[in-house]
Amino acid sequence: MTTIIRVQAQVFDPGAEIHQLGVVSRQVGAVTSFIGLVRDINEQAGVSGLYLEHYPGMTEKQIALIIHEAAQRWQVLAATVIHRIGALVPADPIVFVGVASQHRGDAFHACEYIIDFLKTRATFWKKEQTQTGDRWLTTRDSDVDTAAQWTSGSR
Amino acid sequence: MINVILFASIRETLGTQDLQVSVPQPLSVAALVQHLGQTQSVQWCEELGRDNVLVAINQAMVSFDHVVQCDDEVAFFPPVTGG
Repeated sequence: MTTIIRVQAQVFDPGAEIHQLGVVSRQVGAVTSFIGLVRDINEQAGVSGLYLEHYPGMTEKQIALIIHEAAQRWQVLAATVIHRIGALVPADPIVFVGVASQHRGDAFHACEYIIDFLKTRATFWKKEQTQTGDRWLTTRDSDVDTAAQWTSGSR
Repeated sequence: MINVILFASIRETLGTQDLQVSVPQPLSVAALVQHLGQTQSVQWCEELGRDNVLVAINQAMVSFDHVVQCDDEVAFFPPVTGG
């Protein structure tokens, strides 16, 4: 399995990443991807910007572990996760997850698994800038519930 | 020495990014929090003792009964919010 994990301030190129996933092996028959964007409305309206910090070293280890788990459940030929840090504004791409597999089912499932657990286990923290001041975001219960579905056997 | 590091809201509340802590012998994370409450300020105990605070030793998630060894990196942080 080919794994690429990058935590970076600069923007990524989804087209280039998807292309790369498709050429890792001649066995690849499906590439799926997810791109997360910064919303302008979160828990409070009027988000003007976002600042992201992370735990260097641990973040990459956690993401590698999540990819490894996905590859044990489904056939994964390659996986790429790119997450941005630093200052971002609404509509900025913030995260890229891409998976290459022989068949679409494995590629879809593994991609969804990776983003679901990235949201609950990868060591990133968002701070929102709003008109009423800066505030650290709290974990959404719905994200925790979504990730839990993979381990409870309901997915 | 134990290297304690803090992230996000916890770092801002306690006004500290990292701290070298000397303890006489290995102790649990929970005991380390008590120790910090005594040597730093009671606010440390309150902040790190919150129900939702997570702890990692040497960049792997552990529970508060995990024993901290000399030279360990002990990180405290709030629930993650990436993606």
